[in-house]
Amino acid sequence: MEEKILELFGKKLKVINIGLESFAESLKEEGVDVIQMDWEPPAGGDAELASLLDSLMD
Amino acid sequence: MAKKVVIDENNYYDSVTLMSISKDIKGMEGITEAVVVMATPHNKELLENVGLLTDEADNASPKDMVIAVEADSDDLAEEALAGVEEALEAKASGGGDDEYRPRTLDSALDAMPGANLAVISVPGDYAKKEAEKALNKGLHVMLFSDNVPVEEEIELKELAAEKGLLLMGPDCGTAVINNKPLAFSNVVSEGNIGLVAASGTGAQEVSTIIDKSGLGVSQVIGTGGRDLSTEVGGMEMLKGLKALAADDSTEVIVLVSKPPADEVVKKILAEVDKIEKPVVVNFLGGNEDLFEGSKAIYSSNLEEAALRAVALSEGNDYEAKDFTIPEEEVAKIVEEETAKYSDDQKYLRGLYTGGTLCDESMLILADELDALYSNIPLKPEWALEDNAKSQENTALDLGEDEFTKGRPHPMIEPYTRVERVEVEAEDEEMAILLADVVLGYGSHEDPAGELAESIKDAKAKAEERGGHLTTIVSVCGTDNDPQDLAEQTAKLEEVGAIVMPSNAQAARLAAKIVQEIN
Repeated sequence: MEEKILELFGKKLKVINIGLESFAESLKEEGVDVIQMDWEPPAGGDAELASLLDSLMD
Repeated sequence: MAKKVVIDENNYYDSVTLMSISKDIKGMEGITEAVVVMATPHNKELLENVGLLTDEADNASPKDMVIAVEADSDDLAEEALAGVEEALEAKASGGGDDEYRPRTLDSALDAMPGANLAVISVPGDYAKKEAEKALNKGLHVMLFSDNVPVEEEIELKELAAEKGLLLMGPDCGTAVINNKPLAFSNVVSEGNIGLVAASGTGAQEVSTIIDKSGLGVSQVIGTGGRDLSTEVGGMEMLKGLKALAADDSTEVIVLVSKPPADEVVKKILAEVDKIEKPVVVNFLGGNEDLFEGSKAIYSSNLEEAALRAVALSEGNDYEAKDFTIPEEEVAKIVEEETAKYSDDQKYLRGLYTGGTLCDESMLILADELDALYSNIPLKPEWALEDNAKSQENTALDLGEDEFTKGRPHPMIEPYTRVERVEVEAEDEEMAILLADVVLGYGSHEDPAGELAESIKDAKAKAEERGGHLTTIVSVCGTDNDPQDLAEQTAKLEEVGAIVMPSNAQAARLAAKIVQEIN
């Protein structure tokens, strides 16, 4: 059950940052491989439209 | 008075970036209010509260930015708007225009094959969706977002468990994985003590004390603040515990949380009993009786948990001490401080940026005091009538919602606390000011500097009144933190603050002084 977690402990961190840019900036300063996503609320922030989009994607 | 509200359609920026711009604009000459936010329902309420919600703003969507200013004149308001535009342009072009920013998780994974961790800090409404996508792609997740409903937390943690992945959160602000600080964490030496923590600042205090003792940390696994609730049942803490038990680099384990419900404590202790490695537990003031017969090593505060772990790691016996500085030095401080008070001075005011540190202090102080008022009181009868006004002995968690409406957390932007120091400084009955300074990534670049200025002024005010203000601070940090522990400590000592080696010792010193006063 723990294998994937132990695997993470043994590897170099490669981070996808979704949200606050400052987190990615800090990680870069620390020398961590990080990619910042260009995230925006989906469907213009319309929750109903977003869930419709979801069911299309599934 | 002029009000101007402009909508910048389809231009999304995160809240921390926008709050920083708002703060700068508000500081401009003749500007009484400046709110730069995305048009979410919550932010619309905020705008309404300051009288800046126009129809246009009300009709905007969360993808639209609202730029609202109130100024002494039309011209000044226009200047403010121009200032915002400039700041946004600088952000847009300065933010690494060569950098590719993928818009979907799939394209992110294409750009970074071998990605193994997603750090997610989107608004709570969207958090579950993003975390789910990440888990389904086989990524471990650190979920900083809060305001995620408990049902969603449970669903996410069940999905993570199915896949054998970490779901650190929601509301997880601190984790150190493979010696790399994530979100709000410190640069701590590498070593063989592993932590699993439901409290971010709790993890920070324990890990930095371990570092100050010359030892190090293998992993700090965050679980999110609500993990040990009855509903969630400690799912992530149990997972973290099992992982550290199996991890070759971890020899000693420390668990940190605010007091969980009894049934959850029993579950955790049952798991601890299956583990060979020593497990030190700090449930901050929880029920010690439940530990009877368990292998788990009970500790009554964060410092004790850290020092017990250090002793176990070194193969030494743990020696309980009130202070790690010589007793004579402590006695001298108490004598010197109490000699200078005026007759009016009798109360203590604790102003904290870390909620767990406030809790820890309150637990220590409550033994000495008849009452200790707070916005997070130990007893219901100690709740402040008005959070804006301290009563007798008071300790505040300035990171709580009631103090952070529309403002960044005081660890990011110290001015919330600085403002409160100024208020307390007017109270001639205050004798002691107690505070925490938290360093590390995520924190402000100079928290001690900002606080030191306000301490200097407060002390001067007390002297003007013929008295003396005792200021006791602890600095939660390491020499390798971006802010540098030694430098931050020096700034505080320069203005006459007494810097203690830990939050617990700071509270104990304050308690001794209060004893003397009474």
